[in-house]
Amino acid sequence: MCAGEPPSPANSVRFLLDGEVVSAPDLPPTMTVLEYLREVAHRTGTKEGCAEGDCGACTVVLGELTADGARVGYRAVNSCIRLLPTIDGQELVTVESLQARDGALHPVQQAMVDHHASQCGFCTPGFVMSLFALYLQSESPPREQVLEALSGNLCRCTGYRPIIDAAMRMGAYPAPANWSREAAHSSSHLAALRALRRTQALKFAGFCAPRSSDELATALEADPDAVLLAGGTDIGLWVTQLLRDLTSIIYIGEVAELKRIRSDAVGITISAAVPLTEGWAAIVAAYPQLAELAQRFGSPPVRNSGTLCGNIANGSPIGDAMPALIALGAQIELRRGSHTRQLPLERFYLGYQRKDLARGEFVVSVTVPAPRAGQRLASYKLSKRIDQDISAVCAAFVVERQGARIVAARVAFGGLAAIPARAHATENALIGKPWSIDTIESAAAALAEDFQPLTDLRASSSYRLQAAGNLLRRFYFETEGSSMPLRTAEAAAGPP
Amino acid sequence: MPDPVETAPRHESAHLHVSGAALYADDIPLPADALHGAFGISGIAHGRIATLDLAPALAMPGVVAIAVASDIPGENNYGSVLHDDPIFADGLVQYAGQPLFAVAASSHVAARKAARQARVEYQPLPAILDIRAALAAHSYVLPTERLVRGNPDEILARAPRRLRGTVIIGGQDHFYLEGHIAIAIPQEDGAMLIHSSTQHPSEVQQLVAHALARHAHDVTVQCRRMGGGFGGKETQPALIAAAAAVLALKTGRAVKLRIDRDTDMLMTGKRHDFLADYEVGFDATGRIQALRVMLASRCGYSADLSGPVNDRALMHLDNAYFLEHVEIVSHRCKTHTVSNTAFRGFGGPQGMLVIEQILDEIARTLGVDALSVRHRNFYGIDSRNVTHYGQMVEDNVIHKIVERLADDAQYPQRREAIAAWNTASPVIKRGLALTPVKFGISFTSTTFNQAGALLHVYSDGTVLLNHGGTEMGQGLFTKVAQVVATEFGLPLSAIRVSSTDTAKVPNTSASAASSSSDLNGKAAQAAAQAIRQRLVQHACDSYGVEAQQVRFRDGRVFIGERNIGFGELAQHAYRARISLSSTGYYRTPKIQWDKAAMRGRPFFYYAYGAAVSEVAVDSLTGETQLLRVDILHDAGTPLNAAIDLGQTEGGFLQGVGWLTSEELWWDDDGELQTHAPSTYKIPTARDWPAQATVRLLDFEPNREDTIYRSKAVGEPPLMLAISVLHAIRDAVASCGAAGVLPELPAPATPEAVLRAISVVRRGVGA
Repeated sequence: MCAGEPPSPANSVRFLLDGEVVSAPDLPPTMTVLEYLREVAHRTGTKEGCAEGDCGACTVVLGELTADGARVGYRAVNSCIRLLPTIDGQELVTVESLQARDGALHPVQQAMVDHHASQCGFCTPGFVMSLFALYLQSESPPREQVLEALSGNLCRCTGYRPIIDAAMRMGAYPAPANWSREAAHSSSHLAALRALRRTQALKFAGFCAPRSSDELATALEADPDAVLLAGGTDIGLWVTQLLRDLTSIIYIGEVAELKRIRSDAVGITISAAVPLTEGWAAIVAAYPQLAELAQRFGSPPVRNSGTLCGNIANGSPIGDAMPALIALGAQIELRRGSHTRQLPLERFYLGYQRKDLARGEFVVSVTVPAPRAGQRLASYKLSKRIDQDISAVCAAFVVERQGARIVAARVAFGGLAAIPARAHATENALIGKPWSIDTIESAAAALAEDFQPLTDLRASSSYRLQAAGNLLRRFYFETEGSSMPLRTAEAAAGPP
Repeated sequence: MPDPVETAPRHESAHLHVSGAALYADDIPLPADALHGAFGISGIAHGRIATLDLAPALAMPGVVAIAVASDIPGENNYGSVLHDDPIFADGLVQYAGQPLFAVAASSHVAARKAARQARVEYQPLPAILDIRAALAAHSYVLPTERLVRGNPDEILARAPRRLRGTVIIGGQDHFYLEGHIAIAIPQEDGAMLIHSSTQHPSEVQQLVAHALARHAHDVTVQCRRMGGGFGGKETQPALIAAAAAVLALKTGRAVKLRIDRDTDMLMTGKRHDFLADYEVGFDATGRIQALRVMLASRCGYSADLSGPVNDRALMHLDNAYFLEHVEIVSHRCKTHTVSNTAFRGFGGPQGMLVIEQILDEIARTLGVDALSVRHRNFYGIDSRNVTHYGQMVEDNVIHKIVERLADDAQYPQRREAIAAWNTASPVIKRGLALTPVKFGISFTSTTFNQAGALLHVYSDGTVLLNHGGTEMGQGLFTKVAQVVATEFGLPLSAIRVSSTDTAKVPNTSASAASSSSDLNGKAAQAAAQAIRQRLVQHACDSYGVEAQQVRFRDGRVFIGERNIGFGELAQHAYRARISLSSTGYYRTPKIQWDKAAMRGRPFFYYAYGAAVSEVAVDSLTGETQLLRVDILHDAGTPLNAAIDLGQTEGGFLQGVGWLTSEELWWDDDGELQTHAPSTYKIPTARDWPAQATVRLLDFEPNREDTIYRSKAVGEPPLMLAISVLHAIRDAVASCGAAGVLPELPAPATPEAVLRAISVVRRGVGA
C-alpha cells in the first residue's frame, strides 16, 4: 500500500473510450484490459488468442498525453496482459472505435476489406489496431516499417501478403470522419485527457500508483512483499498463465521521475518506467549496431508496454537486452528507502532467479556508458523465428584494439547459463592477443570453459555452444569486412 | 478482361471481421446464470490414477460442480472411428494433457484456478513416446496396411542403381487463432443446444447425444464461424462440447467451456509426425524402377482419424510420379502422447515429402539437377498414368504447370547464378528447388462425399441459405452464396448465409478434405434450381410464355418481352401458393474405393500446382530465409479468384512454418514443452518472402463436372511449401562435396540445418 497517502475519493480507474470517460470502480487490480473489455463492457471485438502477449489478437491502442501535454502519443499494446489500472488517465481505442457513426469503415479497415486481408477474421481486430497505430504515425509506410509494426500479430490463414498490401496502401484512402490523424490530436482529445490527470495517487484495495520516487520508495519499504509493476509484460503472465493472486501491487508507471531518459558524457541513463520502445531508441541512437537487436526484441506492443529496467530486474537467463548491456559495462542504480547504490549490471545476477536485490529495494535506472573511440560492438540473437521469438543464444561482443592488438574485450551471452553472463575464459583468450582468426579460434574454443549450456525446447546444448563460437567468428568476419554478404537478409534473390 | 482477383467478391464477413462485429462462439451473450468450465488434465504420459481428490478444487471460490467419468450418463467417448477416446480418463491416463475432469464455476478464471487444485496421484507406467520406440514394441493403434503393385523385390534386386535412406518429418500444431470452445445450453424436455467451434457439427451432435444417453434429435449444434480450423476442429470439438454438455446436465445451467491456449495445445491432437525408411532402385537417368517404403506415423494413444490419415499418406506417396513397382508398408504407431488428428493435407503432405526426398537423393547421387529427375518420373499422359492404387490420372496438367513455372521463374538461369554465388560465398549459401503437387480430391471414405442444403426464398425476394458446410475462414459461405446468387441472377447482397445448424441440414460431413465448396456448392445449386424451376413454371403459367423465355439476371426476371423484379415474382408465386423453399442434395459421382484391396477410384479428380523457392542459409548458425517464391496453382475455373489466391498463399506459408520454424518438442517424460506462441513459432509477416509471384493456372476448367468447373483449393497449396525445404536442402548440400546427401529432417530449424551442414562438410552423407 502507499503509506501515508490520504484517502482519495477518486479511487476508481478512469479512462477515455469513444469520447466518454469510463469509470471502473471496484474491480480487482489484476483485471486485464481484455478481461474488462470482453467480460465487463461486453465489447467482444477484441479477441484472446494466447493470453501471453504473443499472438496480437488482443491488440488495442492506448493514447497518452506526452510529458509536455501538447500531444497524444498513440501506441499499440497487448490488452491480454495489460492490467486495467495501468491505463488510468489514458485513452483506450478498440476495434469498435474506428467505424464512423454512419457505418463507414476507417481507411485501415477498408483497405483490409479491399485487399481480401481477412479469412477467418479472428486475428483481424488485432491487425486492424496495429495498423491503426501505424496509420497515425505514417502516411504511407514502407514495407519494412509495416513488417515491424505487424511483428507482434500472428495470422494463420492469409500468409500475410494481403495484410502487408493493405498496410502499404491504407494511406491512399480519403481521411475518415472518425479517427483521422488530425482528429487524433485535436484539442478536444487533448482537453479530455488533461481532464483525467490526477494530482494524487490512484489507490484502491491491492493497488497503488505513487507519483514520485520518494512515495514509491516509502511504499515499497513499508510493503516489501508488494509486487512492483511496470509494463506488466511479464507480471501479466503471472496473472493469466500462473493464475497468481497478487494481493498488493505498486505500479511505477505514474512516477514522472522514472519516465526520464538522460544522455550525457557518462552515458545514457534510462529510468525504470521508460518503455522499451523509448529505451531502445536512446540506446540505438548511441549504438546503431544494436538496431537489429532492438527491433527483434519482443514486438511493438510488448516494447510499448514493457520496460528495459523491468527486463533487467526480471533477470531472465534469456533476456535479450542483458548480453549487450553487460558487454558495454552498464551500471544499475538501486534504491531502498532513502538509500541508493550503484552496481555493475553483471553483478546483479547471482544465480537462476537470484539477484542482488534486497527486500524493499528496486531498480531505479540503468546507465549505458557512452561509446568509446576504437570500440567494436556487435550483438546477435539466434532463434527459430526472426521476429518475436525468444533467443536460443544471444551474444554480445565489445572489443577495443590498439593497432592489431586486442587491449580490452568483454563478451557476454544469454541462453548459455542460468543467468546472462560474461565469458571470462573467452575474454582472456582475446585480451592481449593479435586480432586474427587464430585468436578467434582459440577464443571460440574457450567458450566450453565458460559455459555448459542446457538442452531445452529452444536448442540443444551442443548447438548453443557451436553457434556461440560461430557468432564470435561472425563478429570477426564482419569486423574484417567481406565482399560477400554475411547475413541471409543481405542475400536478395533475383533474376540472375 | 478485368483481373478476376480484383473483381472477386469480398469475403461475406470481411466488413464484420475488420470492425470486431463478427461473432465467434466466445462472443455470444450467455444466459444470466451461465457457468464457465475448465478441464483438469493429466500431468504424466502413462499411468493409473491412484487418487483423484477433488475436494480442494470443490472448495475453491465460485465452484459449482465438477464432472468426472462417472457423471457421464451415456458413453464416455468422443472417438468417432474406434470408441477409444474417453471424454474423462477413467482410471488410466495415456498422455500428458489428457482430460481427467472438468470444473464449472462462476467465471473462467475461477474454473481454471479450481482445476489446478485437484490432488492427483498416479502409479506411473512405462511410456512409449516416439515412433522408433513404438515400432520396436509393435505398438499400434490400427493394423499395419500394405500396398503392393508390380514386383518391387525382383525389380529392385535387378536395378542398376540402388539407394537407401530415411525421411524424418515432424508434426505441427494447428494454431488456429481461436482456441476450442463450446457452449452447452439446456433446453426443455432434456434437449441440449450447443454452440461449438467445429468443422463437424453433425459429429458433435452425435457424440454429445451418446454422452448424454440421448438421441440425435435431442441435440442441436450451431456454428456461425470458426476462428480457423485447419483440421484441428474436425474430431476434437466433440470432446469440448461433450464435457460442456455433461457439466450443463449436472448443473442444469448453461456452461461455456473455452479452453486456454496452453490447455488447447497440450490436450488436442496435431499433425502426425512420420518416419520413412526407403530403398529405391533407379536407372542412370534417375527414373525409378522399384521402390520399397516403410512408412510409420505417431498416432498417439488412440485411433481418431489416424486410419484415413495414414491411408492418404500412403496414397500420396506417389505425388506426381509414376511408381511402377512399389511396396508401401504403413504402420500406425500407438504412443503415450496426444492423439494426432486431421491437419490440412491429412497425411498427404507427409507422403509427398517422402518421395520428394527420394528424388532429391537420386538426383544428388547421379550428380544431376533434381528437376530433371522429377521430370523423368512424372505421370505420363497416355501411358505410365495409373496410380499405385489403381486410379487412372486423367487430368494430368503437371507437365504444363512445371514447364511454364520453370520458364517464368527462370529456374535454369537462377540455378547457374546460385552455383556461382555458392562458390564465391563462404558463409551465406543459397539454394533453389522446384517441387510439384498433385493432390486427390474427395474423402477417401466414399460415404462422406455427400452434402445437403436448405434454401428459402422469402416473399420479398431475399434468400436465406443454409448448408452443411462450416465457415472457418476458407470462404466457403462466400462461394456457396455466389452459386445461389448466380442461379437466381441476384446480387450477392440478396443472399444471407445462416449459421451451420444441425436442425436445418442433417447428417452432414465434416468441412474437410478440401471438398466443402464442391459438395455444398452443388447441393445449394440443386436447391436453387428446384426453386427456380418452380418460379419459371409459375411465370410460364401466369404470362403464357415458354420456359426458355424466362431468364434471371441482375435481380430481375425477364419473361418474354417484359421484366419484373425478382422480389415481385417471388411475391406473385407466394400468393399463388408456390413453395419457395427447397432442400438440395449432392453426392460425388464416379468414385469408389475397395478399402481391403486398396484399389479403386477414391478421388473425383486431382488438383495440381508447383512452386519454385529460393532460400539463403547462414552456414554459421543454420538460420534460413526464404528469399523468393514463384507459384503456379490449379484451381480449375475459380469460384472466387481472390479467395483461391488467399488459400494458395496462406496454405503455402502454413506449410513453410511446418517445415521450418514450427517445432513440437516433448521432454523425456513425454510432456510437450511447446504449448504456446512464446515457444511454438508459426510464421510472422516477415516470413512472407519479399519477392513472391503467386498465380492461378489460367483458369483452366476442371475436366470433371464440379460446381462451375472449379477445383478444390483448401489443402493442396500447403504442399507447395515442400519447395522451401528442398531449397534449404540444396543450400546445405552446397556446403559439402558433390554427391553427399544432406541429413536434414523437417522442420529445418536453425539447429537442424547447422547439424546437417556439419555432417555434409565431414562428407559422411547417406
